[in-house]
Amino acid sequence: MSTERYGLNKELAQMLKGGVIMDVTTPEQARIAQEAGACAVMALERIPADIRAAGGVSRMSDPKMIKGIQEAVSIPVMAKCRIGHFAEAQILEAIEIDYIDESEVLSPADDVYHIDKTKFKVPFVCGAKDLGEALRRIEEGASMIRTKGEPGTGDVVQAVRHMRKMNQEIARITSMREDELFNQAKELQVSYELVKYVHDNGRLPVVNFAAGGVATPADAALMMQLGAEGVFVGSGIFKSGDPKKRAAAIVKAVTNFNDAKLLAELSEDLGEAMVGINEQEIELLMAERGK
Amino acid sequence: MVIGVLAVQGAFIEHEKVLDALGVSNFEIRQKRDLEQPMDGLILPGGESTVMGKLLKDLDLFEPLKALIEGGLPVFGTCAGMILLADELSNDESRYFATLPVTVRRNAYGRQLGSFHARAQMSGIGEIPMTFIRAPYVEQVHGAEVLATVDDNIVAVRYNNQLATAFHPELDDDLSVHKYFLSICEKSVNY
Repeated sequence: MSTERYGLNKELAQMLKGGVIMDVTTPEQARIAQEAGACAVMALERIPADIRAAGGVSRMSDPKMIKGIQEAVSIPVMAKCRIGHFAEAQILEAIEIDYIDESEVLSPADDVYHIDKTKFKVPFVCGAKDLGEALRRIEEGASMIRTKGEPGTGDVVQAVRHMRKMNQEIARITSMREDELFNQAKELQVSYELVKYVHDNGRLPVVNFAAGGVATPADAALMMQLGAEGVFVGSGIFKSGDPKKRAAAIVKAVTNFNDAKLLAELSEDLGEAMVGINEQEIELLMAERGK
Repeated sequence: MVIGVLAVQGAFIEHEKVLDALGVSNFEIRQKRDLEQPMDGLILPGGESTVMGKLLKDLDLFEPLKALIEGGLPVFGTCAGMILLADELSNDESRYFATLPVTVRRNAYGRQLGSFHARAQMSGIGEIPMTFIRAPYVEQVHGAEVLATVDDNIVAVRYNNQLATAFHPELDDDLSVHKYFLSICEKSVNY
């Protein structure tokens, strides 16, 4: 990827800010998401909650299914490939996907190496649960970061933990003496330039969204107040009682995340939220995939 | 001078940073009560036009903003902002403010792989960097003045106090398009 292309890919993520990216499995769901105000959709065969329930190996979706969704909506379409599975990523690039999510939600294809994302023209978003993971993914070419959270649980605790951890580490680096940055780079296993960027700017060099366990407008507002620049909602919408209404409410909650009165109105009568799984009840921690 | 920046979704912070760098006061418009403060100009940022169009209506911002634009409030739309202003879209049945007499093609350069940087002349300004992200362009003007073209496609237009670009001046270091817009706002204030 040329520097110019990388710049354009980071800039697309900037356009998604303040928005909600929704998981969809059919063109019909994609249209509902777009009408509800999604700023992009993630096309996948099974949403994380179902992947979790079904077990087994989870792979990239059928390109035909993704193309169906590309035809159904005008907003950007994202799709997931397995961690380290650069051939899946090549296929997604070939069908001109707008963003690839190298995702821990699918079964990892490589337990050591992530995809060298600098070799692609198409942009990548990657999950991270702390600053080191975020910067390593950026070093590999990711142009957008999201918290890992714990997908398919409807439990926001891990997304909160990951966002807070990242913010704390950024704050710590911001307050470091410049001569301490070299060692920090060594500890995080990333280049000095990236650590210096965080030190000088007090933020990641790319857009950072919240993901994994967001199920209600209040969850979305919580993540925005904690510093997320936008929100991914996976299972939370189409696993709920009234997807259309819940999707629209979460979109509005992200725009006005500081207005409790409006959030109260938005949270009324949304029907049943997705059934959640508590952290202690989970057998598979997807966030532990790919570090 | 005070500029209001529509902040329901998209790259509004980038516009605020440019205005800050130029020493111009600005505020975010996220809901109806934000319109209680007076403004001398309005910026409609880049983002997803479908999202902004929906939120404008859901948050009761649409009618008051449309009235302000029709009343002559200077407005500057970039990318999605241009789509919100256009009175016709060639590949979409939606219409938003429809105050700018141009026909705009959404996602005219295709998907993200079609995004690009360019340098071109903008009339009244000179050569500037232009960043196109899943950008639209203007297919036809019916009354608006063409300010810039790239590869024969119209990418910047003006109609009275309305300025629109298919590219994102807020993403580049060059501040001249914002200065140009502010000069429209200044004339409008004096007027």
